[in-house]
Amino acid sequence: MKKKILISDPTLRDGNHAVKHQLTAEQIARYAEAAEAAQIPIVEVGHGNGLGASSLQVGESAVGDMEMLKAARRKLVRSKLGVHVMPGFATIRKDIEKAVEVGVDVFRVGAHCTEADVTRRHIGYVRERGKEVYGVLMMSHMVSKETLAEESLKMESYGAEGIIIMDSAGAYLPSDVTERIAELVKALNIPVGFHGHNNLGMAVANSVAAAEAGATILDGTVRGFGAGAGNTQLEVLIAVLDKMGYSTGIDFYKLLDAAEIAEREIMKVIPAIQSISIVSGLAGVFSGFSKHVERASKEYGVDPRDLFFELGRRKVVAGQEDLIIEVAMDLAGKKVSR
Amino acid sequence: MKKLKVAILGSGNIGTDLLIKTLRSPVLECAAFIGRNLSSPGMTRANSLGVKISDRGIEAIRSEPDSCDLVFDATSAIDHRHHWSVLQSLGKIVIDMTPSKIGTMCIPAINLDPCLDQRNVNMVTCGGQASIPLAHALGRTHEVDYVEVVSSIASRSSGPATRLNIDEYVETTEDALAFFSGCAKTKTILIQNPAVPCIDMQTTLFAKVKQPNLEALDREVKAIVAKIQAYVPGYRLLAGPVYENNRIVIMVKVQGLGDYLPRYAGNLDIINCAAIATAEAFANKNEKKDTDQRSHAPRR
Repeated sequence: MKKKILISDPTLRDGNHAVKHQLTAEQIARYAEAAEAAQIPIVEVGHGNGLGASSLQVGESAVGDMEMLKAARRKLVRSKLGVHVMPGFATIRKDIEKAVEVGVDVFRVGAHCTEADVTRRHIGYVRERGKEVYGVLMMSHMVSKETLAEESLKMESYGAEGIIIMDSAGAYLPSDVTERIAELVKALNIPVGFHGHNNLGMAVANSVAAAEAGATILDGTVRGFGAGAGNTQLEVLIAVLDKMGYSTGIDFYKLLDAAEIAEREIMKVIPAIQSISIVSGLAGVFSGFSKHVERASKEYGVDPRDLFFELGRRKVVAGQEDLIIEVAMDLAGKKVSR
Repeated sequence: MKKLKVAILGSGNIGTDLLIKTLRSPVLECAAFIGRNLSSPGMTRANSLGVKISDRGIEAIRSEPDSCDLVFDATSAIDHRHHWSVLQSLGKIVIDMTPSKIGTMCIPAINLDPCLDQRNVNMVTCGGQASIPLAHALGRTHEVDYVEVVSSIASRSSGPATRLNIDEYVETTEDALAFFSGCAKTKTILIQNPAVPCIDMQTTLFAKVKQPNLEALDREVKAIVAKIQAYVPGYRLLAGPVYENNRIVIMVKVQGLGDYLPRYAGNLDIINCAAIATAEAFANKNEKKDTDQRSHAPRR
């Protein structure tokens, strides 16, 4: 029997980073419809940093969270509607309650890879409401496999039904992924997943490594539409998984059609591994920072490569976009004084 | 002068740091340090400092109501509800360190004096103490459409209660920002960063305004920063106010005094410095009242 992989598709969430969170309700509806036709199991929708993240810090979204979710909800029947949630941005009362009412099926509650305990109440709440809930550890390259296992076990104890580790900076090589996923599979009683970024051109290879090490949940977006260099390209991933004997339940032709539709209707530019994305991956900096770094380096006249490496040196985490301005000012000041 | 007797309820990071600051104060005296577990690090520390300790929680005050005049509640928002009902009936002044939203919100640089007429004063949140004065300066100089505050703190500086109460932190800070800036639309974001060496607390305020007037804002900001520095020595303006990308940006950094937690824990320090400043103001007010009464007493 073929081994099954559960696919979660954040084209309409991570992809929002690529267009500075400007996806419209019409674009969301259009892609959701195509994703439903392709039988993609989970369609994740929202601001790039998830529920409640529209802000001057990260970027304001063109339409509100609930409007985005409703637009997708109307088009999804067999496919489940998913959201990303980060405590510290979203709260239960302001955001999660409303998302439950709008009809979200799957909540992926995320935290920086060492901060799992901030997700306790949010995971618990979603379980109480009878919805599906996963724990997500972001920027997972920053810590050892042992720490990841420890943090995952906390989320499991709060009620998470699976744990996904994110390579938010696109910093992993396949051997890094194999080692971490194997450790989590050994430590946990719930499914393990992987979310890749393509800064070093490794996203598909890393996702395959994850599956081979026992991961049963994989994330991918069509054309790799997502932050920075983009995500694991979903249509490539499905082709490769099929060739390797995994089943995903996705209609391959319809998926290719969905990718065409998305390329035509929601992408300004198809993500590519630009010079700056390689630097970002090497520096281990959150992919979502790329647009901000681009802007700040122009505004303050500093080399974006220096900016990325300095941010990496300071070990910034997702959500610390304000530091980009500070570091850019700092670098600009040094340049002047030299 | 006679010192004001205070009890500290809660023996975690906040409570223990408050203890050390209380012991240093010329006008406060720690009458009791109260928790639930005699072997916790905070209790051990208090014991070694020769402070009277108890593991009986609020019962310790109920059974000896005359032992203190003012109580710092450094437990949790949920526990504070119950504590307040007891302390209110005992007639205690309460300085609430939790984001319970029961008492009058106090930012010493803004509204210390009116708070001294209240019996329950709430210290909002650490991010609130750092950012609200800036939002207040903004509100005095601008018609503000939107205010947003982002605080980054070192993971090691936030204890289990802070982590569990992250939603209350966000919502309480947002409410207080709206109250003190006069702008209804507010947003708060909290980021915990585990980097080693630990990062200092840093807070950024972003705002959208109708007509930016940086000169007036700069003056107000400098004035209020000086006021804060009088009770939070490690508070400093890092950048701004600047207008970039159609938004006002102000950044501050807060280093702690290194009393109980190391200096990076500016988040813990700023709310505690604010609480101590408030308690000392209560003490000075009491002392003044006593002196006045004495001088007006008829001579025999």
